[in-house]
Amino acid sequence: MLKYEEMELLRFTTAGSVDDGKSTLIGRLLYDSKSIFEDQLEAIEKSSRRAGGEEVNLALLTDGLKDERAQGITIDVAYRYFSTPKRKFIIADTPGHVQYTRNMVTGASTANLALILVDARHGVVEQTLRHAYIASLLKIPHIALCVNKMDLVDYDQETFERIVEDFKGFATKLDVKDIRFVPISALKGDNVVNRSEKMKWYNGSTLLYLLETIHIAGDYNHVDARLPVQYVVRPQKDEYHDYRGYAGQIAGGIFRVGDEVEILPSGFQSKVKSIDVLGDSLPEAFPPLSVSVQLEDDFDISRGDMLAKPNNKPEASQDIDATVCWFNAKPLQLKKKYYIRHTTNEAKCIVNDVVYKMDVNTLKRNTEDANIAMNDVARVKIRATKPLFFDSYKRNRITGSFILIDEGTNETVAAGMIV
Amino acid sequence: MRDYHIHHLKELEQEAIFVMREVAAQFERPVLLFSGGKDSIVMAHVAKKAFHPATIPYPLMHVDTGHNFPEAIEFRDRFVKDLGAELIVASVQESIDKGRVTEETGAYASRNMLQTTTLLDAIEQHKIDAALGGGRRDEEKARAKERFFSHRDEFGQWDPKNQRPELWSLFNGRKKPGEHFRVFPLSNWTEMDVWQYILMEEIDIPKIYFSHKRKVVVRDDMLLAYSDFINLRGDEEIKEMEVRCRTVGDMTCTGVVESKADSLEDIVAEIAASRVTERGGRADDKRSDTAMEDRKKEGYF
Repeated sequence: MLKYEEMELLRFTTAGSVDDGKSTLIGRLLYDSKSIFEDQLEAIEKSSRRAGGEEVNLALLTDGLKDERAQGITIDVAYRYFSTPKRKFIIADTPGHVQYTRNMVTGASTANLALILVDARHGVVEQTLRHAYIASLLKIPHIALCVNKMDLVDYDQETFERIVEDFKGFATKLDVKDIRFVPISALKGDNVVNRSEKMKWYNGSTLLYLLETIHIAGDYNHVDARLPVQYVVRPQKDEYHDYRGYAGQIAGGIFRVGDEVEILPSGFQSKVKSIDVLGDSLPEAFPPLSVSVQLEDDFDISRGDMLAKPNNKPEASQDIDATVCWFNAKPLQLKKKYYIRHTTNEAKCIVNDVVYKMDVNTLKRNTEDANIAMNDVARVKIRATKPLFFDSYKRNRITGSFILIDEGTNETVAAGMIV
Repeated sequence: MRDYHIHHLKELEQEAIFVMREVAAQFERPVLLFSGGKDSIVMAHVAKKAFHPATIPYPLMHVDTGHNFPEAIEFRDRFVKDLGAELIVASVQESIDKGRVTEETGAYASRNMLQTTTLLDAIEQHKIDAALGGGRRDEEKARAKERFFSHRDEFGQWDPKNQRPELWSLFNGRKKPGEHFRVFPLSNWTEMDVWQYILMEEIDIPKIYFSHKRKVVVRDDMLLAYSDFINLRGDEEIKEMEVRCRTVGDMTCTGVVESKADSLEDIVAEIAASRVTERGGRADDKRSDTAMEDRKKEGYF
């Protein structure tokens, strides 16, 4: 009866505009996996009728805010959930227009897979490339390119193959390990959940089967042991008088009891005495486990410190080369102080230099333009007030990422990926 | 090499633990909002794990409408005692007595809306800078837009169109004096996840979640548990039925469902087959299409 032991969690992001069938596809996945409930369907039927629509507008399922529903647009990332007996899925549904690049980046930051939709009639367009670039920039390990509306091109194999070739040509410029292609019709249901009778020439998986089976256990870094100390557990109880638990989420690699560890920034070395979870001890811990680690020796360790291995340490530096995506209406100001938040660490920093600005539509680098405004992507040089312990984002999405926070407004103004 | 992966409930639990520790690290006076309902019980259970062997480093707070299922209150008191935690009770009745809010009248009278004022007053009185809530994104469409760390201005208001972007697991809890945060560690859980987790962890929950005989009133296609707090309309009658609660909230607006499920296994099976969301039985959401968004903007849970 209980199958949860075998169920994994897959997070994926979808990006698209109003008319590429994204909402229809999400609706189809939710509906065919029986994840839409009668009262939800009734509520959106009522809203669709009120808006004067003939058909049920499945977009209303995800567009939850009053203004989004009134204007028929997606403003913000919306999260949707569905599951099959094999996996639980979290969809980060984001608007696809260039002015929402920041929302796409947000949705992409935690995704295992990017679902990119192409209209079979139009093929690969500017927006497709933008989505693929962002998926690559955020190092989403898998891309599923769905060629949608195959019913409108008579389920033509050549059309599909031409689009696949076009996309592959572009993808050579990107850094994506795993790209899959699926010809679908979200409207008619071809190759979404059920195999298409109309496309016998296609031998690959249906989209849902792909989502259920794509290998994601390797998406975390299991090589470079990293534990950013998040919180120090110090029980005020007599029986735990000397207990110091260094709590945090394993950000990379594997820690085993008895392992030599080095504490940064102090450089002290010790051994893992135990890895504790409630009522139990673990022989080893790996990402994304949230654990509490006791060490053999008593050092002064606090939030923001990092445990690593003496023979495999992160870089420690005040100078950081990174690609940032700007999120705020107030443009980037050089030499202005921002907070930089990286793992559980925080420092102040300044952006010293804009090396180039990236045109997210053409992938052209502009070295002349240092004006970085909302939704812009740029390569920058940052100087922090103290050393941070990091890996390249390509190697580790947790120890390679950071956000910038405005000192005055406290808003999160940028997301950064360390080069 | 062995295959390092964990199942989905474990992953959701790890995420929630991370969020709870982040709250302990980033805020000075957090509270964990506790109603005695299943989501807050799960949240407290995960909190226990997050800080073991230490006790949870923040008090629990119950916003008490006074219209509770007695079973939920008994459970609350026992649970808090076992946990060894401090409990703050913020009372809607006191807010009414002090004239901070006015009681609604009529058949649909509910103290649900009044809770917002009581909650915000308590946040101000106890100088609370973060309130952990059991809200989940799958519950309701406005909640689907909610952040893990959700900023509230000095009036306790939520500005859904101007939320801070939230990337990776980097949570920005910076705020100005007088502002606070609502934090939702169970954001990514669904109703099914919560029940499966309760089953997996063998967590004790109030008896009213299981099938029992109860007096009910049929109103607008919903079954309301009958109590002294319900104002009957002329033609309404009281029936006795075998029911259970899918959610536990204020008695005046929480529906019950007809059910014979008397074990956690039966409940999980029932939910798997259910075609109506759990909030389909909440009169507070039915007041308008955007009832939740409107309430949340003003400072509701």
